[in-house]
Amino acid sequence: MEEQHFPLSLEGDDVPMVRFMGVTKRYGDLTVLDALDLDVADNETIAIIGPSGSGKTTVLRMLMVLETIDEGIIYVDGKPLTHMEKNGRLVRASSSYIRRMRSNIGMVFQQFNLFPHMTALENCMEAPVQVLGMSRDEARQRAGDLLEMVGLEDKMDQYPARLSGGQQQRVAIARALAMRPKIMLFDEVTSALDPELVGEVTNVIRKLTDEHSLTMIMVTHQMGFAREISDRICFFYEGKIAEQGPPDQLFDNPHNERTAAFLSAVNEAD
Amino acid sequence: MFDWKWDFTIEILPRLLDATVNTLIAAGLGYLIALIVGLIFALAQRTPLRSVTFIVRELVEFVRSTPLVLQIFFVFYVGPQIGIRLSPWTAGMIAIGLHYASYLSEVYRAGLDSVPKGQWEACSALNLSVRRTYAKIIIPQAIPAVIPGFGNYLIGIFKDTPLLSVIGVMELFQAANSIGAETYRFLEPYTLVGLIFLVISLPTAMFIRRFEDWVRGALGMKKLYAKD
Repeated sequence: MEEQHFPLSLEGDDVPMVRFMGVTKRYGDLTVLDALDLDVADNETIAIIGPSGSGKTTVLRMLMVLETIDEGIIYVDGKPLTHMEKNGRLVRASSSYIRRMRSNIGMVFQQFNLFPHMTALENCMEAPVQVLGMSRDEARQRAGDLLEMVGLEDKMDQYPARLSGGQQQRVAIARALAMRPKIMLFDEVTSALDPELVGEVTNVIRKLTDEHSLTMIMVTHQMGFAREISDRICFFYEGKIAEQGPPDQLFDNPHNERTAAFLSAVNEAD
Repeated sequence: MFDWKWDFTIEILPRLLDATVNTLIAAGLGYLIALIVGLIFALAQRTPLRSVTFIVRELVEFVRSTPLVLQIFFVFYVGPQIGIRLSPWTAGMIAIGLHYASYLSEVYRAGLDSVPKGQWEACSALNLSVRRTYAKIIIPQAIPAVIPGFGNYLIGIFKDTPLLSVIGVMELFQAANSIGAETYRFLEPYTLVGLIFLVISLPTAMFIRRFEDWVRGALGMKKLYAKD
């Protein structure tokens, strides 16, 4: 078993909220993540940027356990996520173990993925009732509060088809928050939106970083927004972190030539 | 050449209408079996157990590729040779139910496949159990996509019920055969049988379209036929 040299859990004062250790993901011959190491501290907001195909989204999908892991291990809050302890050794996590660990994590998708046959309110109530075992009244109250927080108190009873993209994405954020995650993942959440609707979604995310103690990992193409709200920027290139650092340093004074080339290409496009 | 006799027509009508009830029961019961078994067939083909998937897949292909009339004969006449003695009704319902279950399993499969992958991922991200994911998220969204297929097969099974006459189920067609054998008049009974099938099939097709729209409306989706 190759997993043996990984610790059964992370101990100490500075245990990160998320730790990727040597995580490799392949699709056939294509290596999407190449022995990735990445720590994200509690309450930290990081943005992942990079050219398409660099493995950015895969980082989030691995953390949400939407993909299987080929090599390496991921820890969440000090405990293994992709593996579990059995007789003092790490083995592949069972689906019930994954479900337990996954409850720490919420995710917002590029294509919203709202349930089209449920109203905004019902979208935000379904999982708290079914998974957390909340009463319907409590779940309704909580969903209502969250929809108010994202500015949709007058759209609670609308079906997704009747909402704009920006509104749908805000419902999706409320839906993920309703599960009280410690970690929120944002996967290019403004990429499918018309330009004039981007602001309403980024405003909500900005509010989250200000008012909530959440660890946030976002994959984004919006460099200005990433720079504004992130504590750290990770530039991905070919399945690895080519460069990471505080936003000002990375954007103004990139050390890696790939980073510099990418940023200047993005600036030209803008 | 055509000497249509109205008094004879009126005389045999009650007998044919009685048999129509049997036809409707046969179609309804057979369809109910097909709906339930078809769903089981469809879900069985999605389990991670490869052997289960393989066996059900082959069974569905086998049933779909052989004639229904042969399957009816098989269940009724071959069954007793291996010690399974069934009444014509039981044998007929098993045969026609399984036959249409195979068709419906494909409709279910197409419906489940029509739900975008992102819906599954959202369910995973929200930690919904597999059972809940199917029951509350995937199947409700698959329903509008499967209604037209289900409607076609509902009318299909109804029109296939005359095949049950080959093992002596007293449905509409068998009743017309009996009348013909007794009276040597075939024009009126067979014409009536055709008309009765038509009178039931046409409104059913219309009802199915209405029903599809109603379901879409109830699920918050855009209606297809009604002008709203």
